[in-house]
Amino acid sequence: MERRALVELDKVTCRYGRDPVLVNIDLRVDAGEFIGVVGPSGSGKSTLLKVIAGSVEPIAGRMARAPDASFGYVPQVETVNWYFPVTVREVVLMARMDGRVVPWTSKAERAEADEILDRLGLGGLGDRHIRELSGGQQQRVFIARALLRRATLLLLDEPTNGVDVRTRHDVMHLIHELHHDGIAIVLTTHDLNGIASHLPQIVCLNREVIATGPPRQVITPEVLERTYGAPLEVLSHGGMPVVVEQYPELDEEDATAQPLREDHHEHLA
Amino acid sequence: MLEPFDYGFFRHAISVAVIAGALCGLVGTYVVLRGMSYIGHGLSHAIFGGAVASYALSVNFYLGAGAWGLVSALLIQRVARRRTIGADAAIGVVTSASFAIGIAIISVTGSFTRNFEAALFGDVLGVSFGDVAVVAGVALGTAVVVFLRYRQLLFATFDPDVAEVSGVRTGVVDVILAVVLAATITATMNVVGVTLIAAVLVIPPVIARLLTDSFHRMLAISVATGAACGFIGVYLSYYLDWSSGATVVITAATLFVVAWVVSALRQRAATPMGALEVH
Repeated sequence: MERRALVELDKVTCRYGRDPVLVNIDLRVDAGEFIGVVGPSGSGKSTLLKVIAGSVEPIAGRMARAPDASFGYVPQVETVNWYFPVTVREVVLMARMDGRVVPWTSKAERAEADEILDRLGLGGLGDRHIRELSGGQQQRVFIARALLRRATLLLLDEPTNGVDVRTRHDVMHLIHELHHDGIAIVLTTHDLNGIASHLPQIVCLNREVIATGPPRQVITPEVLERTYGAPLEVLSHGGMPVVVEQYPELDEEDATAQPLREDHHEHLA
Repeated sequence: MLEPFDYGFFRHAISVAVIAGALCGLVGTYVVLRGMSYIGHGLSHAIFGGAVASYALSVNFYLGAGAWGLVSALLIQRVARRRTIGADAAIGVVTSASFAIGIAIISVTGSFTRNFEAALFGDVLGVSFGDVAVVAGVALGTAVVVFLRYRQLLFATFDPDVAEVSGVRTGVVDVILAVVLAATITATMNVVGVTLIAAVLVIPPVIARLLTDSFHRMLAISVATGAACGFIGVYLSYYLDWSSGATVVITAATLFVVAWVVSALRQRAATPMGALEVH
């Protein structure tokens, strides 16, 4: 059965001032799809999410969105002002911009917000200030806000950036659950091994799309060198690609140390 | 205790100080949370340039100074969007240039000596019923705008990028805030004066921020604190025979110290508690 496209970019180009940020981007996101976007800093990952969400207008190319598609955008937690005086519930209810004119929220809106908070494991924390939460909880507050928009496509900008391994695991588990519930996901990440290699589909981006496909096909030394401009070794571990960064000077020093354990890997072409 | 209220000028003064205090507390909340506290200081100087120009051109003060202030506020927002410059530098450039134009006009025309001190230091005891009506009108208009655009203003202030993505027209919100801010400063200039207006715009929201972590409570506390500062400041100035504008600001500063101590004591009394992780 053919899947329904939520958004389709055809040769889309964007600029900030005179600098091109995205060039000739072709991308299609279907309902229920799960895509990871990887690339170096400044490669246009966040801009791509904003183009999909409609807040950045392309200067060239064609862009189509399904009329019934709704987008939920989850920002990088580093960009959030954690000292802003807002409670968890106030942040989540920001999703409701339209409809009611009066400042206060309706009973139904508050009930819906609390239901989503419960679902994301944040029940009872609605009156807390956002700074009082743990890293994983903070990320979930912004996912809750996106869900209250009844998003059919969640756009997450580096959702696991700067968090520890356990929090990363919790956040990815939640995103996976939302995907299972039928929500399409597009996330950006710098984490090739911890996140990207586990996703069904990834896009390697460096102002233009370098490669698209399942990680096993896309995470190769050749594609990574074109994406990041640096040579990277790729091993296979249990059928999954593992990217190995090499620092010759450090590795030379380390060569005198005893290996802790020998793993059996095969090199990917 | 009620003796000053026997005088009409005092009733006008205390009414305008209370309304102006509440208005500045309301608008100041957005100003402080946008990290633009210096804009009150800068824009009041810019509007001073507009006031001088209005006087020299025989244009109505509120119209001339208000329009001048609005253009200055929009210019600040425009310049501040260039990330290489930033909001603080944009305020410095636009407002000092505007102030300088006012000074240049005075030096050429030799006029505006009559109201010069009133504009700089405020003359709350000299306000007329018309002045009270203007401040009340601006306060009412601002309250209506904040009421109708509460959600958009909050989202655009907290998280402008995501607000834009979520359908809030942040450019429109910025213009609304510029209009409200220019109108507020123009209307309240006669009450506390150019030199002290930044304080009444900034201190009440800062006091409120020390006392609450919730946005809507901060807004309410800031409005109430601004009104209280206006009332107490003007009342005390009658007995102390101090400048009314300065007394309002000293009252606000004193309340800030009290709020700061209360906030510090509350923090110390709070049981140290880590974030509760729920699975």
